[in-house]
Amino acid sequence: MAVLSVTDLSVIKRDRLLFENLNFAVEQGSLLYVKGQNGAGKTSMLRVLAGLVDADCGDVYFSQQNIKDCRENYHLNLVYFGHKLGINLTLSAVENLEYWCKQHQVAIGVDTIFDTLAQLNLVGLEEIPVANLSAGQQRRVALARFWFKQDAKVWILDEPFTALDTQGIELLSKQITTFLSAGGAVVMTSHQALQIDYPTDELTLEYRI
Amino acid sequence: MWKWLHPYAKTERTYHLCQRLLPWFSVLGLAVILFATVWGLAYAPTDYQQSEAYRIIYVHVPTAVLSKSLYSAMAVAAFIGLVWQVKTSFMAMMALAPIGATVTFISLVTGAAWGKPMWGTWWEWDARLTSQLILMFLFLGVISLYKAFEDKQQAGKAAGVMAIVGVINLPIIHYSVEWWNTLHQGATILKLGKPSMPPEMLWPLLLSILGWALASGAIFLLRMQNEILQREIKRPWVVALAHKNSALSKGK
Amino acid sequence: MAALMAILKRDLALAYRQRAELMQPMLFFILVISLFPLAVGPEPKTLQLIGPGVIWVAAILSSLLGLERLFRDDFQDGSIEQLMLSSTSLPAAALVKVVAHWLTSILPLIILSPLLALFLHLSEPMYWALLKTLLLGTPLLSLIGGIAVGLTVGLNRGGVLLALLLLPVFIPLLIFATSAVESASMQLQYSAQLAIIGAMFLFSLALAPFAIAYALRVSQT
Repeated sequence: MAVLSVTDLSVIKRDRLLFENLNFAVEQGSLLYVKGQNGAGKTSMLRVLAGLVDADCGDVYFSQQNIKDCRENYHLNLVYFGHKLGINLTLSAVENLEYWCKQHQVAIGVDTIFDTLAQLNLVGLEEIPVANLSAGQQRRVALARFWFKQDAKVWILDEPFTALDTQGIELLSKQITTFLSAGGAVVMTSHQALQIDYPTDELTLEYRI
Repeated sequence: MWKWLHPYAKTERTYHLCQRLLPWFSVLGLAVILFATVWGLAYAPTDYQQSEAYRIIYVHVPTAVLSKSLYSAMAVAAFIGLVWQVKTSFMAMMALAPIGATVTFISLVTGAAWGKPMWGTWWEWDARLTSQLILMFLFLGVISLYKAFEDKQQAGKAAGVMAIVGVINLPIIHYSVEWWNTLHQGATILKLGKPSMPPEMLWPLLLSILGWALASGAIFLLRMQNEILQREIKRPWVVALAHKNSALSKGK
Repeated sequence: MAALMAILKRDLALAYRQRAELMQPMLFFILVISLFPLAVGPEPKTLQLIGPGVIWVAAILSSLLGLERLFRDDFQDGSIEQLMLSSTSLPAAALVKVVAHWLTSILPLIILSPLLALFLHLSEPMYWALLKTLLLGTPLLSLIGGIAVGLTVGLNRGGVLLALLLLPVFIPLLIFATSAVESASMQLQYSAQLAIIGAMFLFSLALAPFAIAYALRVSQT
């Protein structure tokens, strides 16, 4: 049964047709790797999948239901990581993550947050304003959400490996593999070759004028 | 019930509809304005109280009436665009906006000009002029907001929201300004009253309202076509149209 | 509910940490009002005549300055995106953020108002009327301002555009608020003006959160 599916999807951005009549399905435990040049529409497509933006034509279905009809349920089962990190630079890592968990109905204790940050090599940096961290460190704070909401059904990641060092890439790749093995569905883009040891479906978007 | 409107959500249909309607609106509009204005300015009877100066109403009243109806039309287009996600509706909204702003400006200038013989000053903060001034700001706000966005679909939605916020506020602004005016009556007791209207005065007025409406309609149709062409410039039907037109002009 | 409280706590904490930025509208408020005695002369009667209008115009302009920070940081760092993907209702979250904004950006202006009433020689009944109009009317500035901020948050140069969009809409509020204070100065009743301001406030309280949520979605496109 397809966790996430798309029928007849078309997206227009700035009066340019990015893609049309797109149809695909993502099953449980499968990884969809979206490829394409800059400007081909990968980010726009992921945002439509996540429900942040409405498509100009076509529908997105989560567990056979149109996401417009089951928005709350879909969001409870979704974790999205986009170009913007989603963390506030004035607050500390712990404060940011506590706030994120409260908004996304993830009931975990502060200790778990500290443990996860330790796993992500951020020991000693948990309680200073995030603005003082390097770009890669900030990214790791933002990625921590993938350690918290592990019972989600769908992960959508838009170029998550940017600015990460090899260790960070390894950590995230392992986390994605664990999620996939447990039956989760992942849709992601990346400009670097994937280092995920898992069967991958590919979708290539072409740049249209 | 509105099924007959559905094809016009497509820009090509609307473009050709505008093309067909344009000659009617432009010719009729121009003719009626000329006729009514000449009648009003030259042949309508002299007013007892305001003598010849009142004749400015043949321009001021149509533009004032039109400014408010154009804003309402713009808000209706905004509403349709927002609720039913119709792109042509947003284009119509932005085609109307500058016409509305211009017409409001004309009503302000003629209203102020009317004031000169009445009150002796070129500007007075009377209820109607003040309301028109605020209306012009509302138009300019919608236009500026639209221009500030690069993505025109986003621009249409944002401007649409502002147009609706404006239309909800329009009656509130109108009545609050009127009330404000009664509080601050000041030295000028003479107000911009319309003279009592015998039919010989009324008919040119009504005709000039019609004429201005038709002329605005013609300009709207032109602007609508431009808007469509600008946005859809890469579509095959536009390219075909351009080729056809250039072939025609070359053939001459 | 806990999620909404978390938003409120976070916004208040952020405001406290960025309190230097919050001082700016307050200083602007005092400065602008101080300009008027300098411009029209310190004659108490003149100042009392223009006082209510000056304070209200200054309050509107100062709140416009502070309005941008309502969604700007959250939009730029992606917090709004994450909020839209959470189970928190966006209109409710928008309302909570507007409340936090009013508490941190506008309430300080109201707290400063006695000082400014003193500067402009307002009489005591005038001041009480002014306070009531400020308490009842300034939430409107935040609520309707929030709609325009939501629409322009993605633009680079939103600042003056925001003023252009909002000032016409704030005119009725200005008219009724200043009229209330003037009536107070003449020992007349002003409950009618307060009732109208109250009605506008309740109307926007009911509708603005949904308009703000929609505006935020439009900015995400």
